[in-house]
Amino acid sequence: MNYLEHIGKYFMMLKLVFRKPQRIRVFKEALSREIEELGIKSIGIIAFISFFIGGVIALQTALNLNNPLIPKSLIGFAAKRSIILEFAPTFCSIILAGKVGSYITSSIGTMRVTEQIDALEVMGINSLNYLVLPKIIATVLFYPFLIILGMVLGIFGGWLAGTLTGLFSGVDYIEGLQTDFDPYLIQYSMIKTLVFAFIIATVPSYQGYFVKGGSLEVGKASTRSVVWTTVLIVICNYLLTQMLLT
Amino acid sequence: MIVINNLHKGFKDVKVLKGISTSFEPGKTNLIIGQSGSGKTVFLKSLIGLHTPEKGTIVFDGRVNTDMSSDEKRQLRQEIGMVFQGSALFDSQTVEENVMFPLKMFTKQSDEQMLERANFVLKRVDLIGANKKFVAELSGGMQKRVAIARAIVMNPKYLFCDEPNSGLDPQTAIIIDNLIKEITEEYQITTVINTHDMNSVMEIGEKIIFLKDGKKAWEGSNNEIFKTDNEAVVNFVYSSNLFKKVRQAYLNETN
Repeated sequence: MNYLEHIGKYFMMLKLVFRKPQRIRVFKEALSREIEELGIKSIGIIAFISFFIGGVIALQTALNLNNPLIPKSLIGFAAKRSIILEFAPTFCSIILAGKVGSYITSSIGTMRVTEQIDALEVMGINSLNYLVLPKIIATVLFYPFLIILGMVLGIFGGWLAGTLTGLFSGVDYIEGLQTDFDPYLIQYSMIKTLVFAFIIATVPSYQGYFVKGGSLEVGKASTRSVVWTTVLIVICNYLLTQMLLT
Repeated sequence: MIVINNLHKGFKDVKVLKGISTSFEPGKTNLIIGQSGSGKTVFLKSLIGLHTPEKGTIVFDGRVNTDMSSDEKRQLRQEIGMVFQGSALFDSQTVEENVMFPLKMFTKQSDEQMLERANFVLKRVDLIGANKKFVAELSGGMQKRVAIARAIVMNPKYLFCDEPNSGLDPQTAIIIDNLIKEITEEYQITTVINTHDMNSVMEIGEKIIFLKDGKKAWEGSNNEIFKTDNEAVVNFVYSSNLFKKVRQAYLNETN
């Protein structure tokens, strides 16, 4: 199947996904389940990675800015910019593409190969709407909070790393954080997060829903979904940056 | 009653179903048999709407599949119960949740009413005390019972079963067969079973359709299958020495 065919099939899938849920009560239950599975259960990994990467960003910046003419507050400024603009929305989304994307593909793919999706269809249920819509809403609603958490913990990790190693003072770091603060950067970051959240929910769902064969194929589809989700995030990151910042 | 007229279905260049016509009456267990690749599963999936036939019609009590609107098709699907080969139970849900699922989706019953109905059908399939268990905690036979309970919870007019005995020991297979037959008669359901199990053919096959290369090669009852001289049926059904002996004993007895 060529790429154009996949793209067409993906949009045809979205057309069926965005329908009114057959039972609002069932949809709400599915949504809260997905928020837990795709969002709350990702807090740990995002918090852990953000904290340490934030520390590394601050340390690397401090070690590379050893010119006495450059103010130490620049470390906080650079760390803030790196974390808000790129690390939190993009890097965290790529991590989520691996964790959540493979989960979505394998769970929907397993449902496909064990005929659970056929069972839904036979009952007269729009399986795409039932399975995929709660995932999209859950990621789009929850990931902004997750990414903000990543920003906060990344910045905090940078502060802690600096003060523990003595490479810069907390006062300088906080001064850097406050310097030239532009709220539009948060807005830019959130727009990217929403787009990435949509990709993280839909591309793996597509890969899982249309899987054919057995468990081996589900495994291959999971790998494919992580690769394609990452590729799309990177491409969209470039396009959005060009559109929103230049 | 389901009437099938000249059903054709293919995938790309491969013709799988080549003009099958037959009918299935309510209150009877109708069996579809045939070798692997003969088109049984495609036939069954065409009947339940998972495949769209290229040609021909399927008439469900006067409702022609090709003339139905989307809403009518959705309504029809709520009248269909399906037992899949691998049970196709939702493994993230408990037994009770699996059985209540169609009720949650299509009725406005209260939780108590749904639970009552679920308990009733679970009792009907002799599965008591497993309500809170997850699918992975159940044996193959128990999973089949849950699948049957889920299939009949909406009081379907039509029940389709794809190899309901596969993976079960002979004793459990007979229990499941008898359960399907009892439910079919009790609720006057039009039941269509896709099977490889010759015990099922002999035990519950009130109407048997033999498919060969995508065509109906023979049809009759379990009594008639003993007497048939259709070479393809004889070669398929009586391929084992045991069944050859059974057939010979039957013929000796009736002659």
